[in-house]
Amino acid sequence: MIDVASLPPTAQAGALIGVVLLEAMVLYVGYGAAEQAIGQTLIERIKNT
Amino acid sequence: MSLALLALFVGFGLLIGVLFGFFGMGGSFLVTPALLVMGYPSRVAVGSGLAFVFGTSVIATLKHRDLGQVDYKLGVLMIAGTTAGIEVGKEIVLHLEELGMAGSIISVTYVFLLGGIGVFVTYEALKGGDGDGGVDHDAADAEVDADDIPDIAKTIQSYRVPPMMTLRGGVSVSLWMILGVAFATGLLSGFLGVGGGFIRMPALFYLIGVPVPIAVGTDLFEIVFSGGIGSFLYAMDGGVDLSIVLPLLAGSALGARVGSAATSIVDEGEIKVYFGLMLLGGAIAVAVREVGNVYGIPVFDTVSLVLILGSALLVSGAVVYSSVTALRAESATGSATLD
Repeated sequence: MIDVASLPPTAQAGALIGVVLLEAMVLYVGYGAAEQAIGQTLIERIKNT
Repeated sequence: MSLALLALFVGFGLLIGVLFGFFGMGGSFLVTPALLVMGYPSRVAVGSGLAFVFGTSVIATLKHRDLGQVDYKLGVLMIAGTTAGIEVGKEIVLHLEELGMAGSIISVTYVFLLGGIGVFVTYEALKGGDGDGGVDHDAADAEVDADDIPDIAKTIQSYRVPPMMTLRGGVSVSLWMILGVAFATGLLSGFLGVGGGFIRMPALFYLIGVPVPIAVGTDLFEIVFSGGIGSFLYAMDGGVDLSIVLPLLAGSALGARVGSAATSIVDEGEIKVYFGLMLLGGAIAVAVREVGNVYGIPVFDTVSLVLILGSALLVSGAVVYSSVTALRAESATGSATLD
């Protein structure tokens, strides 16, 4: 396990931004998969209500 | 962190995500004031706001890329020109600070610029009437119709100083004009201390003549870099709080997906009206806050925040409502044709 607090400020900042970037990519893929799975059904439901 | 605060951040992120995905802007000028009013130190409010904008712009850019709405060549040129402009803008601010005039000049410029662009965009959109002059959102690579290019952009495109650059949508502009527009928007961005999406997106459309969906996608691409560098610099000073950024991002990722998809459904004339109205709301909010600062009325800060959040809620609600209405109208037309 890497102790982030012991890293120099530049590496700590890089790790923080890396976490944000990782979450962004995971959310993009995750929500993308959800959109593929239920997006069309949701649009059809909106059209028909 | 309490569950209520977590839900608040996710909900707030959802709201901002819709605006960000739809307009390619609206992140930092919404998040930072909200965090300040909630009592976070300015360093954390600005740093976390930037980190959030970075994450959201990554997601929104990927989505716009899927729709073919990012011009990378234009984006890289804009980054180069904007970076130079920001440096000059910062120097002007430092000089004005020495003269003791920075605060008031920046505030007045901000209100007039935000309000001016808001009035101009709303006027142009309303003048366009029924939106027939809009660009087809599904055909980002198609040749743009000459009637869809604003007059100022036509003039700028007429200066054929080599080398000429061909952009997405078949737009041909001199490299120097692109760098000039990028420098000017960067100058304002550095001078006002803002991300600059609300300046760059209309500049790409009104000055260079890039179709609105590509202007939004390319602007987001640029924000990935400016937001990334800005948040990295703040993170080095401990200004990025992940307990704020992560829930905000979880909400905004979903909102950005809805907002980006809405650009392909909603009429372009409506996009411009919403954009203009949100800028006007922002301008009034900043003016109220400045009046509060000058006369020492702290409650004006809260009024300003309510105005910003209110206009954001109203506009994102209108985007979702228009999308739902457009989908239902499309369904009704389809049924009528079959009949």
